[in-house]
Amino acid sequence: MNKKTLAFPYVLWAAAFIVIPLCMVFYYGMTDTTGAFTLENIITIATAEHAKALLLSIELSFVSTLICFLLAYPLAMILTNMNVSQHSFIVLIFILPMWMNFLLRTLAWQTLLEKTGVINSILGFLHLPALEIINTPGAIVLGMVYNFLPFMVLPIYNALTKIDNNVINAARDLGANGVQTFFRVTLPLSVPGIISGVTMVFIPALTTFVISTLLGGSKILLIGNVIEQEFTQTGNWHLGSGLSIVLMIFIIVNMVIEAISDREGEHTSL
Amino acid sequence: MHKLIDLQHISKAFDSNIVLDDMNLYIRENEFLTLLGPSGCGKTTTLRIIGGFENPDRGKVIFDGTDITAFPPNKRQLNTVFQKYALFPHMNIGENIAFGLRIKNKPKAYIQDKIRYALKLVNLDGYEKRMPDSLSGGQQQRIAIARAIVNEPKVLLLDEPLGALDLKLRQDMQYELIRLKNELGITFIYVTHDQEEALTMSDTIVVMNQGYIQQIGTPEMIYNEPENAFVADFIGDSNIIDGIMIQDRLVEILGVRFPCVDSGFGENKPVDVVIRPEDVELTTSGAGILQGTVSHIIFKGVHYEMEVMANGFEWLVQSTRMFPVGTQVGLSVDPYNIQIMNKPASEDEEAIGVNE
Repeated sequence: MNKKTLAFPYVLWAAAFIVIPLCMVFYYGMTDTTGAFTLENIITIATAEHAKALLLSIELSFVSTLICFLLAYPLAMILTNMNVSQHSFIVLIFILPMWMNFLLRTLAWQTLLEKTGVINSILGFLHLPALEIINTPGAIVLGMVYNFLPFMVLPIYNALTKIDNNVINAARDLGANGVQTFFRVTLPLSVPGIISGVTMVFIPALTTFVISTLLGGSKILLIGNVIEQEFTQTGNWHLGSGLSIVLMIFIIVNMVIEAISDREGEHTSL
Repeated sequence: MHKLIDLQHISKAFDSNIVLDDMNLYIRENEFLTLLGPSGCGKTTTLRIIGGFENPDRGKVIFDGTDITAFPPNKRQLNTVFQKYALFPHMNIGENIAFGLRIKNKPKAYIQDKIRYALKLVNLDGYEKRMPDSLSGGQQQRIAIARAIVNEPKVLLLDEPLGALDLKLRQDMQYELIRLKNELGITFIYVTHDQEEALTMSDTIVVMNQGYIQQIGTPEMIYNEPENAFVADFIGDSNIIDGIMIQDRLVEILGVRFPCVDSGFGENKPVDVVIRPEDVELTTSGAGILQGTVSHIIFKGVHYEMEVMANGFEWLVQSTRMFPVGTQVGLSVDPYNIQIMNKPASEDEEAIGVNE
């Protein structure tokens, strides 16, 4: 009873800022301008323009998540094997950029990558050909990796520190070399961390519109940009909500598949 | 019997903390050898050096004639049973046991046979499909042993394997380990701080303290003839009393002369005298060598444990006869049960003791 009372402020918060907005998204998504029920807004994802944006979003998020994973796993392993004073220093260096505003960091990349930006100025000074990075999918991936990498490192690092050192020793003792120990013991035991890391990178990458606007220019539309434009420029809340529902369903399906494969993974070894 | 493992001049320090200092020890084939000592004495470090999990700063590890000092753990023909089991939590029992065999690419049928054989050996038939976290501590420890022995190591290293189990289970497992060792016919190197465990199971006990070997011997030798006060105090209960060796076979304790069987200490030499509590005989007042008064008594099941105040020393006495508190009693000790030890010259020497 007492504990339930304590939860009241959060329940109120959740109702006001989660449940009600969600209902409104569903209401707008399933109605047309006259207020009549329709699935038109949802089906519109099938149009070439929207489907292309969604597929590109999935592709870039997937690539970013993969790059984050490949960068984060070795880093997390190095961190795990460091002594305390060393690793606090590295973690600090690593977390420091996160204390700066997200928008500011992305704007900084814009300045660096621009046609007449810092990188091309330096290349020009060295008489090297200029790079065309800005306004390409590559620039968006770069921005995603830069911004979301810490969300991959921390859960993996957490999972790795939880592995009992003697379990690793036991694998070595039973004849496994370093590589075998990694693939048969360390990697499978860090799967929960990998799954949270992947979720925490993939979902924000899939829904972002800031990174794609700043580093992709107006040339590259991701699904986040399409939804944003429906709300802020076209003013069609119905269509924006409908596309949001599609994206939400897509994410939920993804998470369910992840959860199932995780549960099965627990009982199978390599 | 030839030396299966030979540790030569092993030294190891962590930062400035010296854990082992010029240690020499050999282990014979088919021996149950126990490294016994308080925490921080270097016993676990010794085991980890043999297993390959630590590199000695100096010295060599010789295994069956080969210098294996630089070999990683997976290149050594020995297996370890870790203190907290260290089973692979993501594999079932069968997969845990099969781990070492699969690494060596053994045929499937062979692996299946081995799993069944090992589970039978540790009395856990039919547990193949269970997950480690569904087993009790004692069962997990048996699986850890099964996982190690399917690889047919020449030596099994056991790092306080019974430390996490409760008393009854610990005693059962002691008998189980002796049985296993006899059935397998391999060498066991066992690390423990529990002197009772060491006395029960070992062929040879190595008593260690502060990085030095204090005494090596059979359980009987260690118990009956401790070489210094540390060993006497660490192994079982004992009365350690300052004495003066008057001449061969005569020692003065607390102002009273006791006949004993030791000789070669010189004349009028200060010594430490060890008398086990069960070796102090109580008789009626007036008889015996010393007169005293019973100050405490506890019933211990098989015997009574009494403290007897005599000549300013509180004697610990174990006897099946009961003398109530306040009783005047006479104390006597059989000459064979008096153990004379040289006094250490300094604090340091107390730790160094015998290292030969």
